[in-house]
Amino acid sequence: MHELPQQLANGLILGALYGLVAIGYTMVYGIVQLINFAHGEIFMVGGFGALTAYLALPGGTTLWLAIPLMLLAGILVSTLVAVAAERFAYRPLRGAPRLAPLITAIGLSIVLQQLVFSFYPNAKKARVFPRIPGDPLQILGTTIQRSDLFLIAAAPICMLILGWFVTRTRSGRAMQATSQDPDTAKLMGIDTDRIIVMAFAIGAAFAAVAAVAYGLRTGQVDFRMGFILGLKAFTAAVLGGIGNIYGAMVGGIVLGLAEGLATAYIQHLPGMHLFGGGAWKDVWAFVLLIVVLLVRPQGLLGERVADRA
Amino acid sequence: MGALTVTACGSRNHDKGGSGSAASGTTVVIGVDAPLTGDLSALGLGIKNSVDLAIKTANSTNEVPGVKFEIEALDDTGKPAPGQQNATQLVADKKVLGIVGPLNSSVAQSMQQIFNDANLAEISPANTGVALTQGEKWASGTKVRPFKSYFRTATTDAVQGPFAARYLYNDAKKSKVFLIDDQKTYGAGLAATFKGEFTKLGGTIVGEEHVNPDDRDFSAIVTKVKSSGADAVYYGGEYPAAGPLSLQLKNAGIAVPLMGGDGMQSAEYIKLNPKSQGDLATAVGLSVGKLPSAAKFVAGYAAAGYKDPYETYGGYSYDSAWAIIQGVKAVAAANNGKLPDDARAKVVDAVQKVSFNGVTGKVSFDEYGDTTNKQLTVYKVDGGKWAVETSGTFTD
Repeated sequence: MHELPQQLANGLILGALYGLVAIGYTMVYGIVQLINFAHGEIFMVGGFGALTAYLALPGGTTLWLAIPLMLLAGILVSTLVAVAAERFAYRPLRGAPRLAPLITAIGLSIVLQQLVFSFYPNAKKARVFPRIPGDPLQILGTTIQRSDLFLIAAAPICMLILGWFVTRTRSGRAMQATSQDPDTAKLMGIDTDRIIVMAFAIGAAFAAVAAVAYGLRTGQVDFRMGFILGLKAFTAAVLGGIGNIYGAMVGGIVLGLAEGLATAYIQHLPGMHLFGGGAWKDVWAFVLLIVVLLVRPQGLLGERVADRA
Repeated sequence: MGALTVTACGSRNHDKGGSGSAASGTTVVIGVDAPLTGDLSALGLGIKNSVDLAIKTANSTNEVPGVKFEIEALDDTGKPAPGQQNATQLVADKKVLGIVGPLNSSVAQSMQQIFNDANLAEISPANTGVALTQGEKWASGTKVRPFKSYFRTATTDAVQGPFAARYLYNDAKKSKVFLIDDQKTYGAGLAATFKGEFTKLGGTIVGEEHVNPDDRDFSAIVTKVKSSGADAVYYGGEYPAAGPLSLQLKNAGIAVPLMGGDGMQSAEYIKLNPKSQGDLATAVGLSVGKLPSAAKFVAGYAAAGYKDPYETYGGYSYDSAWAIIQGVKAVAAANNGKLPDDARAKVVDAVQKVSFNGVTGKVSFDEYGDTTNKQLTVYKVDGGKWAVETSGTFTD
């Protein structure tokens, strides 16, 4: 069991990444009941936005300066794309049957992938992303990569800001009201169109933070990176209880831990040696999802209406 | 398959018209199928450009009098389904007399039957899956060639995996290896043959893991490697996953080399992995840059001004295309300088018999369609480049 602390750390870090992306799924679902399958691609364009900023900076710029600028650029690109998607792809379908916006989302996801693939210079193969140099850190018997420090710092800060925004600000409370009952919220003078745009924008900004973290962590970005991660994040959102912002983060972390622990330990269980290891980690993640949904169909934290945003 | 037979008949009619009109001015198309986009495109574009160079050379020296060669390159994105579509498309084009490609063994599996039904010669510069030429039961000693139209200038996993095992055990003195593969035909085959030879030599496999080719996060596996105490990691797979895997190993403080096959020996691997120093890869043949026979290829490639480098398989692709050109030449020579009605089938027979000194050494095929060239080279990353560590000829 000597690798347990390390596997827990791995799971937490990976899970925080899933959680950040899951926020986008959950916010949009909470307000317009739309599963925005293009969100994985919003994440991807954020990564390319950040990469563009890095390439535009003069060589030798210190990462202390570069990372905030990359973050800004990533957030800007992601948010713009998400807001444009809402305005031109989803809003015209607001009154349409549920299936129409869902298919639009899938189409949009393909369009965004192909746009980056076709028009971003050299994006047909993976592009190299900068990394935080230096040796890994030893903390409490675990080894943490330097590049993961960004994620370890960014995930809790983002969650705190989001929690404060939703519960303490006027716009946040308007957002809660819209998610509870859009029609009544409108009667109370809330501009629900604005709130919906805001939900898309916040989700996109979180996805961009995650994209920078992903790039730093793996040292590369490519046009397909949003697909798998988007699916995982969607799973995390459902696991935690879709529509619940804290649920998204909890679901992400549970999913990350499940993957790490399944890779490490399933094959040591008696009779299970064929079903362990990295090849089966996704299977176990989805088994966990099914079990949780059987026992608690509303997800781990459930759709607590008061917190839904 | 009925439709394919019909197209094969169609080609006969067309060739009759072509050869009847004039001896000069016949156009022969050499098809290329490789990933031209996507994460394996670095290797695929090298294949396409090298075939293009062979065709340009043949046209400028009038290698086959009266025949002008053209290239038709299709993109399979490294996946079996588009590869199969490309195969049907190439078969339908009556001017196509030979194919170079594909890059991936799994793609080859989806194309072999189609080309075989059409009697169209296919030469892969890169496939290493043993079953492609020796049948599914090769490991148990029953070697049966499944498709007589399929050839390759690359050696097989049955050679490459064991060669790597011998290098790690005998030369690098590593006895505890952690084995990882990506579950694709290529990667799993490489890992299995490596394991067989390494344990036979007396080494220990301290752990085995499988990843998905699209994975980029390997933290859970990295932790297992760390606690296994391995002194080397062998990876069966390609550079898009191998790069981040090696990087994450080193970032976790595991200072052991990652070794892989020729799918890893790409300049992209080093680009994706700033900590690749000391990592190893085997590749078929001798280093293209070092062979005297290759100097002309390297110079020609540079002079042609291709945007992408020729990469691992450039020399083999050039030789594959040249083998088809030589096959066409032999067929035309045996028929008074004209291409006969059943040129496709005749080219398959002629390719089986080719023998010439190519970029990578002597090019000829054995009774399974495998190359008779069993030379391999171990490369090591040194100062941001793949440097030759050692070369040798594989013997069973």
